[in-house]
Amino acid sequence: MTGAVLPWALMFGFAAVGIALAMNLWRLFKGPATADRILALDTMVINVIGLIVLAGIAEGSGTSFEAALLLAMVGFVGTVAYCKFLLRGDIIE
Amino acid sequence: MSGPVPFAEWLVSGLIVLGGAFVLVGSWGLVRLPSLMERLHGPTKASTLGLGALLLASVAWFQLVEGVWTTHELLVSMFLFMTAPISANMIAKVHLHRLRQNPRSEVPSPAGIPPPPPGSAQWATYEAPHEGTPGDFVGD
Repeated sequence: MTGAVLPWALMFGFAAVGIALAMNLWRLFKGPATADRILALDTMVINVIGLIVLAGIAEGSGTSFEAALLLAMVGFVGTVAYCKFLLRGDIIE
Repeated sequence: MSGPVPFAEWLVSGLIVLGGAFVLVGSWGLVRLPSLMERLHGPTKASTLGLGALLLASVAWFQLVEGVWTTHELLVSMFLFMTAPISANMIAKVHLHRLRQNPRSEVPSPAGIPPPPPGSAQWATYEAPHEGTPGDFVGD
């Protein structure tokens, strides 16, 4: 079904996103300020969406894209909720 | 299913490598850069661009090889390109807010603490709600 190039590209993509996730995790634990941790979580959500997309290409099935869409929405709402809580002491005033 | 399409495979592979590289560079910037205002650049620009390339690769793969036209990726990328600047703005506001509460609590950016806005105005993150607007605790 596939030639010789795509498996290597997929392997590179998986490795790159995996290393990126590990670096985000390091920043999540290390991050001196709370905003750093929020930023690390936001970036982790973006990287996990990339991982889901790569898995969809690798499997050849598009059933996981609803998960990617839901994750994009929930990640954005979570980031904004964290920030609003830190800014105002409340999420919905 | 028909055999592989060489051009499609090269296109998808190139987009995946490009996207993976940009995502990696974005997270490397998150680790490497010294202050929060600089760290914001990596994920908001490089990672979003890399994920856009990955989503384009997925669209191209399902269109050219599987013969299915999918729009979920376009929805995801549109949503992401709309929300990434808003998230970055909120995180920068949190940074400014904490910096004002306690200047020693955070590493300032190389440009230093930003100057206050002109006149008697305040940054939106600092200002108390005006009277008559929701949240002023007067008419509640």
